[in-house]
Order: sequence, then structure tokens, then C-alpha cells
Amino acid sequence: MAADAVTTRLQDEFEATAYHPVESALGSVIEIEDFNFWYDEKQALFNNTLKIQKELVTSLIGPSGCGKSTLLRSFNRMNDLIDGIRRDGTIAIEGTDIHNPRVEVIELRKRLGMVFQKPNPFPMSIFENVVYPLRVDGIRDRRLLEETCERSLRDAALWDEVSDRLQDNALGLSGGQQQRLCIARAIASEPEIILMDEPCSALDPIATARIEDLIAQLKEHFSIVIVTHNMQQAARVSDNTAFMFLGRLIEYGETKKIFMNPMNVRTSDYITGRFG
Amino acid sequence: MALTSGRVHTSSEFESELQELRRVLLELGAKVEAMMAKSIDSLIRRDSNIAQTVIESDSEINQLEVDVNELCLQMVALRQPTSVDLRFITTGLKIASDLERVGDLAVNVCERALELNEEPPLKPYIELPRMASASSQMLRESLDSFIKEDVVLARKVIASDDEVDDMNEELFRELLTYMLDNPRNISRATRLTFISKYFERIADHATNIAEAVLFMVEGRNPRRELT
Repeated sequence: MAADAVTTRLQDEFEATAYHPVESALGSVIEIEDFNFWYDEKQALFNNTLKIQKELVTSLIGPSGCGKSTLLRSFNRMNDLIDGIRRDGTIAIEGTDIHNPRVEVIELRKRLGMVFQKPNPFPMSIFENVVYPLRVDGIRDRRLLEETCERSLRDAALWDEVSDRLQDNALGLSGGQQQRLCIARAIASEPEIILMDEPCSALDPIATARIEDLIAQLKEHFSIVIVTHNMQQAARVSDNTAFMFLGRLIEYGETKKIFMNPMNVRTSDYITGRFG
Repeated sequence: MALTSGRVHTSSEFESELQELRRVLLELGAKVEAMMAKSIDSLIRRDSNIAQTVIESDSEINQLEVDVNELCLQMVALRQPTSVDLRFITTGLKIASDLERVGDLAVNVCERALELNEEPPLKPYIELPRMASASSQMLRESLDSFIKEDVVLARKVIASDDEVDDMNEELFRELLTYMLDNPRNISRATRLTFISKYFERIADHATNIAEAVLFMVEGRNPRRELT
């Protein structure tokens, strides 16, 4: 079936998002309203409306090309780096519209730490990697840097493995350690939100289990949004799950319910593997 | 409404495992229904040969239950089922165990029938066949509701359970009068009381199956609604 036909049918069948997220006692941290996004002429997101809950883990799932990474990258305006993009609708973080001209993108990105699919440590020491965001900010206070380094590495569950070799080159770490190092770097600037784009897809199962365990600990202090293709991972780590398809938010709800008793047949087809 | 789009799995192996589970469950259901029908026959017609065949067929039922369990565990371990598949598989496990118990109860009916056939009849069988028919209808309808994912039928089965409970109570009182009337009746009346209880238990298992069907289709545990 042609994509256009599917799109039309989708609009007919599912006008409204099935919406049943667990609500955080602390309220929501990111509020997305009627958000549309285009790469040149191609519309990638259609009227996405949802509230990401504070200090909970939210996973974005959906087939390749459904718009989940586009949505994630909209939160810290990473998409601004691409030519020919266009958007409308609003995204507000803690009540502030991120597209407000007075918002400094650099400041915004400090509030949203990001972890990518492939670990991307810089070719420098473990210590310098972690404190890099502080260096960029011009902080030179040795004690503050050391404290931040230790705290971040502890929070990223990496301290015990590297505390005796902080001056070693970060590229000498294993893939799983490198990814935890990137998490440590992402949280060094004390963001409110951590965005993770397929953080475990390049890791083995043990390293994946470590990261998942870490996510559970991090949500005590941070709101986490994770894009993943691994549905068992979404089921294990997240409180709420958003299922996207062809740029639309089909269902957004409590993870347990999404995986046991989703409300939308398309969600059910996708998570059970009946898609396409 | 069941949350199925009628689509098949991208993984054809998983799809055929689900079909196999459905097939084995239907086979198990059909065999248990037949056992139950025969057990009633053996009782009413005082035919010990029929009773014997039912008792012998129990091992087949046990084997089918083991097959269902293995298949379900294998799918849980290898496929990590979710949504409708998860509910179908967990319901399959429950239904298989209920059906296996119904098989055991049919065997119990036959064992009592064999004992009763050694002695002259205590009284004409009137209530027992009625109970047997009510509980086998419940069992049949519960299995139909599973096959058709029919929640209306499943709710009907659940509602019928009280009737069978009442019949059991009535029959117990009646048999008690026989026992009080003459101590020689006690052994036969006790056996008949047992049989009545077996049918009442079969109706309970049919109710369990119907509840499992409601969970499978609607995703909510019907017992939770009652609490």
C-alpha cells in the first residue's frame, strides 16, 4: 500500500491519540502541543500533543521513520542544525516555549543532556571528558571540577571502574563504559532532562543491563526520554510509552498498559510484531 | 472487543506457534468435553465399560496439558509476547489447567459410577443428569466463548454458576434424607453426594475459563470488578 493511502486511512481510523499516561506527582516537564515538523516539503511530525512527566522515564517507540528521533531532537533544538526544516506548534520546557527568541539555544541544551546511539567520548582523558561541559562554561576551579567529575561518574555507575585512572584516554574504555562516560558527561552540567537516542543499540546485553539499571537510578533526579527500537527495553525501563507511526502519536500511556492491554489496534500490531 | 486486526505475525514461526497453541487447546477442550459426556453416560446407563474407557483416557489429557504448558513457556521465553499475544498465552495456560482438572473430575465421576454399579440403584437419577447437563453446557459454552472470543457468552457462563451451586445444595439435602431414613443408604448416598460435588466443581472450572476469556479479550480481570 502506498504511504499516502496508509496516511489517509490512518487519519480516518485514528483521529485522536489514545492518551493514558501515568502522571508524575511533580507534574509535567515538557509540554508538546500541536507540534508539526517538516524536512523541506516532507512532513515528519503531525500534530503531536503530549506531556512528558517530570522525573519519570518516557520511551518513544515506533518503526523506523515514524518521527520518534525527530521529536526527541526537537526538545533540545538539535534539528535547528539541519537546512530546510520548518515547524509549528509549541514545545515548552517547565513552562518556557523553547522557540521563544529570547531562549538561548546553548542554555537550553544545558538543561537537556543528550546521549547518542554510538558512544562518542572525546579523544581526551576520562576526567576531561566528564568536565567538558564545565570547561566550555569557563569553569576553572579545580575542586569544583573534581567534585563534579566524581559525582557524575558515581551517578553514571562508572566511578568504581575508573577512579584510579581518570587521566587515561577515554577511548581505551569498553563500549559499555564509554556509553556510561557519555551519560556522566551529559549529567555533569546538571540538566533537568536526559534525552537518550538508542543508547544501548551498540552495547552487549550485560552493558545494556547496566545502562537500564542506571536509568532506573537516574530517574530519581532527572526526567528521561529514551528512543528505542528494543521494545523489551522500553517495557523494562519506562513508566510511560509513546507509540508513533508515520509522524503521528498513536498512543501515549502507562507502559504496563501499553504492553499488556494497549488501547489502539495499531499499537498492538506493532508491539506484537504484526506490523506491515 | 478483541484487540486484533486480523493481521498475522511478521515472524511466521511465532504465528505458527500461536496457531499450534490454539489447536492443542481446542483438542484438549474437545477431549475433555467427550470425557465428561461419557462419564454421565456411564453413570446413568450404569455402564462400567464406558467408565473404564474414561479413566484410561485421562493420561492423554494430562499429556496435552503438559504440551500446552511447554508451548506457552517456550513462547514466553523466546518471543517475549505482549498485548493480545501475552493475554492469549497466559489464558491458554490457565484454560489448560482448568480443563485438566475437569478431566480429573470426569474420572472421579466414573470411579464413583463403578462403585455404584456394584449395588442396586438408590433412586432414579433425575437431578444428577440435570446438573450434569447444566455443567457440561457451561463447559461447552465457556470453550465456545474462548474460540469466538465472545464476551457475552462468557458472562452468561459466569452467571449460570449459581444455578449449579443451588442444584448441588438441593441434591445434598435430598440425599441427606435418604441417609437419615436408612443407614444402609449412607454409602450410596455419599457417593452420589460426591458426584454432585464433582459436577459443581466442573461448573466452577467452566466459570474460571469464562473469566479467563474475559481477561483475554478485554484485558481486565473480571474478579477485580467485583472487589
